Amino acid sequence: MRVLAVLALLLLAACARDTVTLLPGGAGGTGAVAVLDEDGGAVAVIDQPYQVGKVGGIQVSTETTSAEEVAAAYGALLEALPPKPAVFVLYFREGSTRLTDGSLPNLERLLREVDARPGAEVQVTGHTDTVGKVEDNDVLSRDRADVVRQTLIGRGLPPDLVIAVGRGEREPVVQTEDEVDEPQNRRVEVTVR
Amino acid sequence: MLQRLLIGTLIALMAGPAFADIGRVKTVTGDASIERGGELLKAESGVTLQESDVLVTGPDGKLGVTFVDNSRFSAGPDSRVELSRFRFNATTHDGEFDTRLRKGSLAIISGQIAKRKPDAMKVRTPSSILGVRGTEFVVEVSQ
Repeated sequence: MRVLAVLALLLLAACARDTVTLLPGGAGGTGAVAVLDEDGGAVAVIDQPYQVGKVGGIQVSTETTSAEEVAAAYGALLEALPPKPAVFVLYFREGSTRLTDGSLPNLERLLREVDARPGAEVQVTGHTDTVGKVEDNDVLSRDRADVVRQTLIGRGLPPDLVIAVGRGEREPVVQTEDEVDEPQNRRVEVTVR
Repeated sequence: MLQRLLIGTLIALMAGPAFADIGRVKTVTGDASIERGGELLKAESGVTLQESDVLVTGPDGKLGVTFVDNSRFSAGPDSRVELSRFRFNATTHDGEFDTRLRKGSLAIISGQIAKRKPDAMKVRTPSSILGVRGTEFVVEVSQ
């Protein structure tokens, strides 16, 4: 019986094989892909650049490939990946929804980026510093995003291509204690996808 | 039941059409389409995607997609990619993203869902389950 089970596993591994090729990542470095069992437990982790996992169910064997082999096998596929979303940052005066003068050139740059991308859409994400309550900052960050969204629509972007969201004080550029007035954290990030 | 329907309607109204979109088609080469509830839609750059959509490419087809959490996909020729589940909270970045690669090949650059929580983004093939831990990779299913 056990022999049969082992045979079945071997057959499964032999006929249904997936190839998982891990590529060196961008800014965050190479990440990892885990092979999971039905309960979500990791049975193997592929975490080296150019590591290749041959996977059939929870049967995994690994080997190593190279940049050249990846280009030959997957060059056309990787070229079809859309460009990385571009992010433009706009800053606000303290506690307000008014942009600083220095942020205006970035507004022009992002509008040009929208024109340059096929099928572009825009997400406006508001952020705050840590002055005030978390819930209030969620509202303020969303208000800031709405102001920029309206500005972009005023500059000719179709309303259904622009969404506004607030991240509150969750994602500061400069890490601070609570209740710290930090101009760099009072910002809106405009992501052009 | 009625209450649940009402709440569902309310949520749908509050979210508006833009939030039902999980991503957009960006690049199309050759024969590529989107299957939605039995209908076959032509894939063109700018077309919005919804949960449960299926990306389908022909022998010469390729399809590039960017999702609202900044994840990016490209599907190679003769592929079938089901976007089975996509949940994303743009404020907290909590989410869940399940893709089924039935056949073909798929290049993936993960986004905010995988960054927020390892394995919240999964790719299932006919034989395996992969948990994404913030990365760029290619999966190919051999028939």
